[in-house]
Amino acid sequence: MSDDAGRTWSEPAKEADAAPVAFPPSTGTSLRDIWQLRLSPTEPGVVYAGVEPAALFRSEDGGHSFHLVQGLWDHPHRPTWHPGGGGLCLHTVLPHPTDPRTLTVAISTGGVYRTGDGGETWEARNKGIRADFLPEDPYPEYGQCVHKVDLHPERPGRLFLQHHGGVYRSDDDAASWTRIDGGLPADFGFPIAVHPHRPDTVYVLPLHADADRSPAGHRYQVCRSDDAGGTWRPLTEGLPDGPCHASVLRDAFCTDQGDPAGIYFGTRDGCVYAGRDDGESWTEVVRHLPDVLCVRAAVL
Amino acid sequence: MTAARISVPVRLPGALRDLAGAGPVVRIDVPAGATVGDLLDALGRDLPALERRVRDESGALRPHVNVFVGTSNVRDLALLATPLIPGTEVYILPSVSGGGID
Repeated sequence: MSDDAGRTWSEPAKEADAAPVAFPPSTGTSLRDIWQLRLSPTEPGVVYAGVEPAALFRSEDGGHSFHLVQGLWDHPHRPTWHPGGGGLCLHTVLPHPTDPRTLTVAISTGGVYRTGDGGETWEARNKGIRADFLPEDPYPEYGQCVHKVDLHPERPGRLFLQHHGGVYRSDDDAASWTRIDGGLPADFGFPIAVHPHRPDTVYVLPLHADADRSPAGHRYQVCRSDDAGGTWRPLTEGLPDGPCHASVLRDAFCTDQGDPAGIYFGTRDGCVYAGRDDGESWTEVVRHLPDVLCVRAAVL
Repeated sequence: MTAARISVPVRLPGALRDLAGAGPVVRIDVPAGATVGDLLDALGRDLPALERRVRDESGALRPHVNVFVGTSNVRDLALLATPLIPGTEVYILPSVSGGGID
């Protein structure tokens, strides 16, 4: 943990008797990676960790110790979740902005699951999401390879979702999903992010699917919709002409809280770009980093 | 009558020494006939923060950590069931792997 914006770090669990995130012996499972840490917006000190193999952990002491959210672990679907290309990971945790008992998570590949009772019970929420990679029923209850989900805190019943093939919106608390990728240069991608102040404005970064996992058209195009996915516009001013071959991972994209907002993304070949005017124009922040896994913005 | 015990020197890599609050070698007492798993159990009682960097919460050796009894990697023997040899050092070594996409 760092209390000075990353200048110095401490490891609170260093002297502790137990690892902060560890599967209980009853599971016969061990932690592989932590994919997502998310603070609760409603409960001080509560932190969620989404991990691989797919499971959710909850901390009530600011991240010093975590416990397994047993209700999701015990879900009857869990034994039939399958790993995506990155592993069987719970990579997205979306706490409800006002209701501490409601939480949405996404798993590759399991899909979207939601609890309304503080994690005791969970329901698959993938209706309408087409899984092209499944041979028989392309609209299963679960098993979708959801890549990222986001929502605007002022409009929590609406969610935006980037799937492994298809961008979707839900207006009913994830009960059903409608495809909104018409007009995008590609329907595949990893990140999706909602503008911090405009609930109808959403960003994606289209990639070629599967065999050639590179930016659509071999150049970075951040695509923005200002009408909740009805229409899209590519934002490329200041981004390299290409050809660019490195993809952008699901957490290597974020917004800040400014208005206009800063939009930021990092690439697998170690470049980070910033679009400080809602993404209208871009500048390179840094290059030659290693593989960029995660980008986050903070005001210092 | 007390069962015979042996004191096993365990040689640590630099990254683990500050966790042990010790020099490059810690000595762990175990019963004669004990295995590498028994040694790590005893290590975990004395120095839990060190032991859980060697084994995960299921008790398995972590992927990029190797344990040697003398010059033999326990992965080539009986893993944690490998017997200790009186008078022979145990080495905990970060393996020459990792850093790639796996």
